[in-house]
Amino acid sequence: MTEPSAVAISMQHVYKSFGPKEVLHDLSIDIERNESVVIVGGSGTGKSVTLKHIIGLLKPDRGEVYVDGKEISDMPPRELNRFRTRFGMSFQEGALFDSMSVFENIAFPLRRHTEMTEDEIRSRVAECLEQVHLSGIEEKRPSELSGGMRRRVGFARAISLKPEILLFDEPTTGLDPVFSDVVADLIVEMDQTLKTTTVTITHDMKVAFKIADRVAMLYGGAIVEQGSPADFQQSKNPIVQQFIEGRAKGPLTD
Amino acid sequence: MISVFENIGIFFLAFFEATGTWFTMLWRTATWAIRPPFEGREWMRQMVRLGVDSIPVVFLTTMFTGMVMALQTFNGFQRVHAENFVGSVVALSILRELSPVLVGLMVTGRVGSSMAAEIGTMRVTEQIDALKALATDPVQYLFVPRVIAGIVMLPLLTILGDALGVWGGYLVAVRLMGANPVVYQSNTFQFLDVNDLWSGIVKSAVFGLILTLTGCVRGYYTTGGAEGVGKATTSAVVTASVIILLADFFLTKLLF
Repeated sequence: MTEPSAVAISMQHVYKSFGPKEVLHDLSIDIERNESVVIVGGSGTGKSVTLKHIIGLLKPDRGEVYVDGKEISDMPPRELNRFRTRFGMSFQEGALFDSMSVFENIAFPLRRHTEMTEDEIRSRVAECLEQVHLSGIEEKRPSELSGGMRRRVGFARAISLKPEILLFDEPTTGLDPVFSDVVADLIVEMDQTLKTTTVTITHDMKVAFKIADRVAMLYGGAIVEQGSPADFQQSKNPIVQQFIEGRAKGPLTD
Repeated sequence: MISVFENIGIFFLAFFEATGTWFTMLWRTATWAIRPPFEGREWMRQMVRLGVDSIPVVFLTTMFTGMVMALQTFNGFQRVHAENFVGSVVALSILRELSPVLVGLMVTGRVGSSMAAEIGTMRVTEQIDALKALATDPVQYLFVPRVIAGIVMLPLLTILGDALGVWGGYLVAVRLMGANPVVYQSNTFQFLDVNDLWSGIVKSAVFGLILTLTGCVRGYYTTGGAEGVGKATTSAVVTASVIILLADFFLTKLLF
């Protein structure tokens, strides 16, 4: 780490295998405070695995993951549990608790990790729903919502504790192009109004260029290219070019 | 030939791994159970679900078992002119053995399976990861309330089953077989000891722990989508039933 104060998340030489399959191979990336980084890559290249390392849901076989200078890849479970209140994470399909209403889902972390009164919780939940433009659906069940709405309720739940770091796992997968754009706008808006460090993984380049301060390409278990959206688009790297253009032929598929 | 040994090896490895996992989770559940925050509402919810909602099943099972017991023993004992002991035999077998074991197995089928399915679905839809991401330990939030509910509610259900089984036996013997009600009643309680009641209660508390923890563990380690959830559910019921039957023998042999 060069400047510990500026770097929020640092992954150093991370290796991770599942059985015989090596998913991450010497992956290193530094993410600065308040930066919005998008990690792109093909399906099954370990994007989700990378994201889960940042919040400690997975532990590296080798290498270290630092968040705010603390090594979370080597943290005892209870300390890690407490540390996670600094994160907000949104999952692919929302991962809402289907035994609870929308209100209870968003109130869940507030009830557990704050001393807020019931009135304060109620207004905080309304505030979070307003942030994702879904006011007034508190009493609905997750099963009554559309895929896009579930995703956005997931965002609301992720931001309820005012986290410093937001993680988005494939926020637009399975949504139509228009709605993908709406969600991308929303992520930009949340990133700016909440002043968070944001890490998003996606394979949708349009979304990536929209929300990223910096785009990084994951290939072969490591970051092969990174830069500002403009630089990234100009990259001479044939892997990157093939991925951006979505061609079937090229180094990615050889 | 080699493949035979290989399969034996694979079987034992899997067996020891599952046993190790089970006891690790038991330890984690125990340590989380005594540490705040306590999920009061969740504890209540699980107790209602496991206990109150199981009453109809317990009612049917134990009452009919008591009735059949009376019918069968009456028939047999008549041949040696020992009809007077039917009440004692029914009461002893219900209290010491049938009520705890049958309640344990029925609740395993009804609740252990649904716990595995519920937690398994949470696993494959990333809700378990979401719990962790929200700084909540899944063992504390999911396991502890369910296991506590099992340990508390199974003995209560067993006591209910004791009463219903003995009553069912009485009904059949007196109304159907023409036994003398006063003699039957005094026989029922004549040889009964407080220890008989206790042994059933202690056993059922252990069964409650086994069936809930097995359901939770099988669900927690679900892999592979909807099919995985189905497998987890089946294996939760089979595993818990087998452990209950084994534990029943050893508890009876060792403790009482």
